[in-house]
Amino acid sequence: MAEPLIRIDGIAKRFAGRDGTPTTVFKDLHFAIEPGEFVALIGHSGCGKTTILNILAGLEPPSAGYVIVGGREVAGPSLDRAVIFQSHALMPWLTALGNIAFAVTSRWPGWSRAKVRAHCQQYIDLVHLTGAEKKRPAELSGGMRQRVGIARALAIEPKMLLMDEPFSALDALTRGSLQDEVSRICAETRQTVFMITHDVDEAILLADKIVMMTNGPEAKIAEIVVNTLPRTRTRYTVHREPHYYPIRNHLVDFLVSRSKQFNDAMPAAYDPKHPPLVMPGLASTGSQPAAEAPLRVPPGTKPLAAVAR
Amino acid sequence: MERFHAWRAPALSLLLFLLFIGAWHAATLPTASEQVVDPEYAKLVGTAAATGQKSAFPTPADVGAKIWEHLKAPFYDNGPNDKGVGIQLAYSLARVIAGYLLAALVAIPVGFLIGMSPVIYRALDPFIQVLKPISPLAWMPLALFTLKDSGVSAVFVIFICSLWPMLVNTAFGVGAVRREWLNVARTLEVGPMRKAMRVILPAAAPTIMTGMRISIGIAWLVIVAAEMLVGGTGIGYFVWNEWNNLSITNILTAILAIGLVGMALDLTLARLTRLVTFPE
Repeated sequence: MAEPLIRIDGIAKRFAGRDGTPTTVFKDLHFAIEPGEFVALIGHSGCGKTTILNILAGLEPPSAGYVIVGGREVAGPSLDRAVIFQSHALMPWLTALGNIAFAVTSRWPGWSRAKVRAHCQQYIDLVHLTGAEKKRPAELSGGMRQRVGIARALAIEPKMLLMDEPFSALDALTRGSLQDEVSRICAETRQTVFMITHDVDEAILLADKIVMMTNGPEAKIAEIVVNTLPRTRTRYTVHREPHYYPIRNHLVDFLVSRSKQFNDAMPAAYDPKHPPLVMPGLASTGSQPAAEAPLRVPPGTKPLAAVAR
Repeated sequence: MERFHAWRAPALSLLLFLLFIGAWHAATLPTASEQVVDPEYAKLVGTAAATGQKSAFPTPADVGAKIWEHLKAPFYDNGPNDKGVGIQLAYSLARVIAGYLLAALVAIPVGFLIGMSPVIYRALDPFIQVLKPISPLAWMPLALFTLKDSGVSAVFVIFICSLWPMLVNTAFGVGAVRREWLNVARTLEVGPMRKAMRVILPAAAPTIMTGMRISIGIAWLVIVAAEMLVGGTGIGYFVWNEWNNLSITNILTAILAIGLVGMALDLTLARLTRLVTFPE
């Protein structure tokens, strides 16, 4: 079996508490992301979502376990994994174009000024910022700043995009239109994406697989929900799909109750190395919640984290 | 809603200025009393002043006439003790700029180092804390003894007094660069030199410039005192020389010139600070 693009192998994060006793935020996380896949990780605050993303980005080392990319352990940040930060993290002294050009010249130091400019323009146009190139971040709206952040990440043509709640600081209207664009861009470019979110609808709209985290401390991956909706989804039509409500109800039920109870009453068959792959969309096409009977992996389905050891 | 009148503040400023000149004029009006004074003193300040017919303190008109005289010939040079105010100011400015630039050359790189490395910060902190509060003039004898040149010593004193605000502010600015910008640089695999020049320097530039603005103010304060001590040339020496000549009009002219040059220096640095400041 082919090696996935990125494999998370038993990572954990511990912090020393004030009295010296270590607190385990999460442990024994195993999952993998295939090329072209859009994976979302959903969970409540405090389960270490951002820490997981930082570990994947190489900004923070895990306390235990490994992240393997292309057969090598991640030792630090890389241009192959671009990060879209929650707070856009644009440099306020540079224009929108300058911010993107800084990333492009970091990626390709030998490029001529004209080539960098043309390359940046392509991504500015992609995120619909044409005309705002010369504006500083302070002159842009929140949505436009996040677009610059997205263009900066995409412009270095990374193998993988890591997004840390990229739309959480935006108002609902802006969030919606930006989600549609990210969905379109990722579908067009077949970009591999890992996204942290706490928004169920965002996860259903964008992600192919949704990794469900239980509450921290000692957070785990309870299960991985496969989004069985067709990949060309838009905000306006997604809720009319027959699979939409079963998946949505499953996710909401998980966040409301099961994310808390999971650690206390772990299913007997639970194996952290192979978290169950569930497809609530296939369980029922009615409007009833499908959470009561999560489907086990149908025979023949490729397990997400199955890796040749 | 009250309309904003742009002329109100300048008009009030002008009024206050006229009131001040008027009060000054009234206080220095000649009085009619006949007083017998020491003939030596009369020779020194003029008979009219010594007999009380004329105030020993110059009137606004006297000072105005003197300023006009200096403005007509700011750069004359009639030997070591008689040079135009313009020349003296130029000497002082040259010393300030030399000492200040030397200080910037040392303070900004060292400040970078301190700001980036907590170990270096903690190692150098006790030295900085002890050296910072020392009056720059206290270094003067040591400078004269080791450097053996009064002009170089004055530059050294400017150097040492400009150093600390720039050093402390650079270290603070560099240390306070937002983590998210550094994380962006890390994910883009930016090398250390590029990171310092393209991320940390622009991010810390407003704080560094604030330190440089404080420094130029202190340097201009200190140069007057330093030149009074070392003598020879400079606006500080001019003030002291005119005190020895008992020319209060010249002293007042020099005081005004010092104020104006100080303001110009501060405005220049404020303008430069605005250039590197970015809106959040």
